[in-house]
Amino acid sequence: MKVELQNLTKIFPSRNKKSGGQVVAVNDFTFTIPDGKLIGLLGPSGCGKSTTLYMICGLQKPTGGKIFFGDDDVTDLSPENRGVGLVFQNYALYPHMTVGQNIMFPLQNLKGADKLTKEEMLDRTYEAAKLVQIEELLDRKPSELSGGQQQRVAIARALVKMPRVLLLDEPLSNLDARLRLQTREEIRRIQRETKITTVFVTHDQEEAMSISDMIVVMKLGVVQQIGAPQDVYDDPHNMFVARFLGTPPINIFGGEVKKEKLYINGEAVLDVKGIDDREVYVGIRPEGFVPAKNGKMKCKLSGIEVMGRDVSIISTNPAARSATIRSIVDADCKVDPTAETVAFNLKPHKVFVFSKNEELDGTKTLSGTVTSADENGITITVGNLTDKPVFIHDLTGDGAENVSVGDTVVVSGKLANRGGKVEFSGTADLLSLGKAKTKKQKKAAPAEDGLRIDPVVEESEKTLYDALALGEATEQRLYFEVK
Amino acid sequence: MVESKHQWKAWLYLSPAIILLLVFTVWPIINTVRIAFLEGYSAQVAAAKGEFAFAFGIGNFKKVLVYKHFLTCLGNTMLICVLTVPLSTMIALLIAVCLNSIKPLQRALQTIYFLPYVTNSIAIGMVFAAMFSMTGIFGATEEISSYGIVNNILMALGLGHINWMNAGSSYAANIAVMVVYIVWNALPFKILILLGGLQSVNKQYYDAAKVDGTSRARTFWRITVPLLSPMIAYVVITGFIGGFKEYSSIVGVFGEAMGPVHDPGRLNTMVGFIYDALEGNNHGRASAAALILFAIIFVVTMLNLWVSKKKVHY
Repeated sequence: MKVELQNLTKIFPSRNKKSGGQVVAVNDFTFTIPDGKLIGLLGPSGCGKSTTLYMICGLQKPTGGKIFFGDDDVTDLSPENRGVGLVFQNYALYPHMTVGQNIMFPLQNLKGADKLTKEEMLDRTYEAAKLVQIEELLDRKPSELSGGQQQRVAIARALVKMPRVLLLDEPLSNLDARLRLQTREEIRRIQRETKITTVFVTHDQEEAMSISDMIVVMKLGVVQQIGAPQDVYDDPHNMFVARFLGTPPINIFGGEVKKEKLYINGEAVLDVKGIDDREVYVGIRPEGFVPAKNGKMKCKLSGIEVMGRDVSIISTNPAARSATIRSIVDADCKVDPTAETVAFNLKPHKVFVFSKNEELDGTKTLSGTVTSADENGITITVGNLTDKPVFIHDLTGDGAENVSVGDTVVVSGKLANRGGKVEFSGTADLLSLGKAKTKKQKKAAPAEDGLRIDPVVEESEKTLYDALALGEATEQRLYFEVK
Repeated sequence: MVESKHQWKAWLYLSPAIILLLVFTVWPIINTVRIAFLEGYSAQVAAAKGEFAFAFGIGNFKKVLVYKHFLTCLGNTMLICVLTVPLSTMIALLIAVCLNSIKPLQRALQTIYFLPYVTNSIAIGMVFAAMFSMTGIFGATEEISSYGIVNNILMALGLGHINWMNAGSSYAANIAVMVVYIVWNALPFKILILLGGLQSVNKQYYDAAKVDGTSRARTFWRITVPLLSPMIAYVVITGFIGGFKEYSSIVGVFGEAMGPVHDPGRLNTMVGFIYDALEGNNHGRASAAALILFAIIFVVTMLNLWVSKKKVHY
């Protein structure tokens, strides 16, 4: 059964009733899940993946958009009429029923023409139990089973009524590491055998990559990238995806492109044909480093971890955005652990260059114009990214007398979504203004370079948040020719 | 583990509670057993002739069992238990489930339902008496000058009036009043316990049931009730124990006469019997009755536990 999501959106009212805001859990999700495939919804917590699953299931109603199973519009159908099987994160097995009774429970709900005889129910229960290999445990209570066995019972219960779509919510998160490996293979096998279109939610990228036919990477309710696991890994569209996939994670550096050459820490490390001169972020996969005597990228060696099959080289570089750089090289590749520095050549297809839109912590530096300044405060209009400007009110304090209407101010701060409204909080750099206007300034009043800007809310159709924080303007990958 | 040289400290801190328990709980229990087996024990006689003036024997028990009021009291107590415990449990479960499924006003209603619990039961009894009773001259003429609100409602519905508890009222009407009163009085505690149980049930069970297309009735009987069974067992067992100890509620509604004017003592209970025996200086008989009541409560509780072992899912 093909599952089609059209512009699926879910907005929750904010907990804080005073602000009257909302939280956009899923924003305009459009995707067609091919028949009989296993799809992994992947993202950090709060990215809307579970909400998406519950909307497909029917336990949550979408605020906007449509859901189709095949050609049937199921958007307004209740869960029981959709023909879905759902496996909960904590399994939700009824503790007072035996395994057999748990699996049989959905069958006993069938009414009318679908109603089964007692024998048929028992047969179906046994079949489902056999599929997940728990047919010997039918008389046990859930509390007498291990976590992995409970998981299988939950899957059997979801499968027994032959659903059109199987949905799994974090199916492996309650299992220990060993069992997780085993159970994910099991899920893959069951899905292949039954050929039921399956969607599962996980925050574990390894889990998603290992068994999915396709993965959907989400961030803050917005789909970042959809594709086969390997394709997404090899070709991340933005820095979020690049950082989210892969263990150990990708190494991020600040860099610069000058005359089609990529510079990290002042060293030209790679030719990047087709990228204009600009400051960039550079992502290098751990396996993208090749140690070489006269390698182009020099890093300070801080340690070597031997793992048998391969070796981790831990080093530092001033341009790196993390404390250490982790590179994984073949065990045959000998590196002197006593050396001060290590030099690498880079594999071009493991290096991704991203446009630089914001600092890694989400702080944005924006240019604002003072539109009013009086004893009530200062209003600064920030952002030319939106149709409607963002106003910053209540800017009061020392140094405010330096400001006059029409001044250009540098504002740095963070944008946050408060239910479709943008809140910007940060500081305005009035130092430059102060310099220009020191004559006006009284001696006692020091130049303020960190005047607080209180959170401001401005509603607009296409908000700054949409443009920046919701992913459209996250660091987009810049492509260069790979030789 | 407290080291042995500090153990005296532990005993010291526990001693107030232990002494109080010994004086006011353990000793009275032992004394009750002792007195029950002393023929015709009476405190006044004991004061005059000494504690050893009574022969040992089971005469008190024999007397209690052949005493004609005893069977009335036992019957009343049993009847009240059998009628009120299942009824109040079912109504409490219904209210708890309803309360749990609404969001607005839930807390306000919870408080309102709990109010009877903090109200004096004699006061509630007096209000119930006013609600059910009629005033006027009873007897041959049946001249009624005013009706209580219950009869007013019945008459407004065209059902006529019923003599619930005044002179000439029937036993069934009296028991009906008591059942309504006791159920109403028992609801708050049961609702509280059951609502607490419901709120601790994982919502995912209901989501799972919903995805599987389970009807509301089936969800209630196959999921809610079994998951709530420990709390249900608790309120049933404590309900039975409380039912066997019923006394003040009848005093509250019918006064110390324990029955309507024309038939005092008609609604007397086990505890009432013990109380009467004490008032009549028949301490031996009172103690014997108390032990019999204890035995009955013990057997019923064991029975409850035996049933719950099969039906309760912990």
